[in-house]
Amino acid sequence: MSSSEQSQGTVLIRGGEVVDPTGRRRADVGIRNGQVVAVGEGLEADRHDRVIDAEGCIVSTGFVDLHSHLREPGQEEAETIESGSRGAALGGYTTVLAMPNTIPAIDSASIVRDVMQLAETALCDVLPTGAITKGRAGEQLAPMAEMAALGVTMFTDDGAGVADNTLMRRAMEYATGLDVTLAQHCEDPALSQGGSMHEGEWSSRLGIPAQPAEAEELMVMRDVALAKLTGAKAHFQHLSTRRSIEMVRDAKAFGLPITCEATTHHFTLTHAECASFNPVFKVNPPLRTDDDVLAVREALADGTIDAIATDHAPHAPENKELPFDQASPGMLGLETALALALTELDLPIERVLALMSWRPARLGGIGHEVDGRIDEGTRADLAVIDPSVQWTVSGAAMASRSRNTPYEGRLLTGRVRHTIHRGEIVVMNGEAQR
Amino acid sequence: MTATEIPTADDVAVNDNGVAVGRHLLSVAEIGGDAIREILHLTDRFVEIGKRNIPKVPALRGKTVCTLFFEDSTRTRMSFETAAKRLSADITSFSVSSSSVNKGESVRDTIETVQAMGVDAFVVRHRSAGVPWQVTDWVEPHVSVINAGDGWHAHPTQGLLDAYTLLQARAGEAGPDASLDGLHIGLVGDIKHSRVARSDVEIFTALGAKVTLIAPPTLLPPAVETWNVEVSHDFDSMLPQLDVVALLRIQKERMVEALIPSIKEYVDGYGLTPERVSLIRPDVFITHPGPMNRGIEVAVDVLEHHPGALVTRQVTNGVAVRMAVLFLLLGSGVDVT
Repeated sequence: MSSSEQSQGTVLIRGGEVVDPTGRRRADVGIRNGQVVAVGEGLEADRHDRVIDAEGCIVSTGFVDLHSHLREPGQEEAETIESGSRGAALGGYTTVLAMPNTIPAIDSASIVRDVMQLAETALCDVLPTGAITKGRAGEQLAPMAEMAALGVTMFTDDGAGVADNTLMRRAMEYATGLDVTLAQHCEDPALSQGGSMHEGEWSSRLGIPAQPAEAEELMVMRDVALAKLTGAKAHFQHLSTRRSIEMVRDAKAFGLPITCEATTHHFTLTHAECASFNPVFKVNPPLRTDDDVLAVREALADGTIDAIATDHAPHAPENKELPFDQASPGMLGLETALALALTELDLPIERVLALMSWRPARLGGIGHEVDGRIDEGTRADLAVIDPSVQWTVSGAAMASRSRNTPYEGRLLTGRVRHTIHRGEIVVMNGEAQR
Repeated sequence: MTATEIPTADDVAVNDNGVAVGRHLLSVAEIGGDAIREILHLTDRFVEIGKRNIPKVPALRGKTVCTLFFEDSTRTRMSFETAAKRLSADITSFSVSSSSVNKGESVRDTIETVQAMGVDAFVVRHRSAGVPWQVTDWVEPHVSVINAGDGWHAHPTQGLLDAYTLLQARAGEAGPDASLDGLHIGLVGDIKHSRVARSDVEIFTALGAKVTLIAPPTLLPPAVETWNVEVSHDFDSMLPQLDVVALLRIQKERMVEALIPSIKEYVDGYGLTPERVSLIRPDVFITHPGPMNRGIEVAVDVLEHHPGALVTRQVTNGVAVRMAVLFLLLGSGVDVT
């Protein structure tokens, strides 16, 4: 069944608890033509083409990942937009922002169009982000206006930060004229020197070339200063250190238009994992200390961190099964993010949903369409979450073309049972429907 | 040669289950204190065998040892190969310059290819930390992995031979209860990038010695306060207190990385110059893992003339230590009579 055919039909989500920014209520949700058409108790099943069971489940708007690497074009052996969007749907995501560090980089309107075309048949909305600089080389501004004209709302050189201070200042100034957000991978390359893990007690013992926390913090500090200078909307990607978070907290209190995200691995894993020398634990920014993990958790609770992002970074085995210092950095994340948040964070469900759906929808530029509310007339991008089911992570069982999950074998609590994307049931009972 | 001259499993106090040091030898920390002493005591026997007219025993006849060096090393490789030959093992060897690694073959593919030819132990050297650990995931259950140096991380047989050499210099042999209790050992030089330093610190402290790292702050590892050592940036004031001066190699490229301003400034602060030698007591031991940069870490004449210079003994003992390691990993329970 094609997505258009199915979205013609009507769907009833029955027996769940709807949780949105207006509160919690037991309610069925009726869907037609890609929209929610009814929310209330006791909606009649026989008036719908398909009825899906949400007994014991939470019904929320679908999740929005501000940070996924879907590897297409260029590294289709690791992931494609199709396989990545399938994993996203299984994880409850209905929108993912695809990072521009593809080969070639997404740095012009023509490549944005290519990605948008590939995304047409994806199992969730895939929104390309654009590079800030041409080829992500950090030398010349990419044509942001022509990409923004196609709907790109976020720009980043992710994989690297924009190191040149003046170039970043110009990028921010230029961005204010387009009303787009500049997202930064904060890493001062001269200080990080490509270090493969966090510099500290473990790198010292293991003899692995490492990067200090200050390599991240210096760029956060600089971009806070530049945001103040230019007034640009700045978003910090995958913050991982206590000091980075403190700087963002201060900048927000000062009133700067700054937002940030943290990844699931930065609130669940520490640099001690690197003692196995297993490159599955190599990621950039690297896994940090217990205290940094604690700081990320505190900031997720108090709202300093706006969103949980995955930094889903698939890698083919030949790029991961290498000596630790030569392996590509990055971890899978789309299919484990919700379960990690529910298992590892002691937060109310509303806070988890705000971090995974409501707030990132706004940051990702789709807040006018998906803002967390489930009501008549809202877009039928929905996740039906079973908060109590236990399951064991298996890379081989994932939809991703890659296997580099750092959570292999881990028992987690909570999983997406069904995902509805624009009215289409893309995941039912934990199985992708196409 | 008679059977009684050959060490047997009973001679070397192998555990009841026939396993003395586990299946692999990856780091000093993973060996643990008791097994360290076991290896060192067994080394006494192989030192003795090394002095015989025919310094060869049939203990590992029929076993194949592959030296797998992804990074050049003449000394360590020769030492392992000599050790294996003296145990009558067969040797195969693999080195990057003559291999298909340059053609893009992965470490795993290399391991699996060599293993398919039949091998009982891999002796692995790689410029990246952790490779020997990764290799243990790729070998068959009967195959042992010996770390011959991984990046800046570990070089356990160097640590063992350094400890053995100090024990021997002090007491003639390691004996069953090897201890470096009461010794103050100064490790001098580029600690940060040194696998030898990491393994030496582990084994020296495990055997009861006090260790002081003597280096400019740029050549110390990060978070050095978490190591079980003292730290000094003043070689001259430390010298009179030291019982052992353990010199490390300094690589000239460290200058380019802005870790030291110049070789001259390094030598002024941390070289074992003739002036410093005059501050050393005659009963102090001096070691160096080689290869030496003469005139940098150490003045030209020091090692020839100081009575405590142990550099050639280190090399000799390296063969005996590696025989002990190979024997324990591959020979335990084998009837060599």
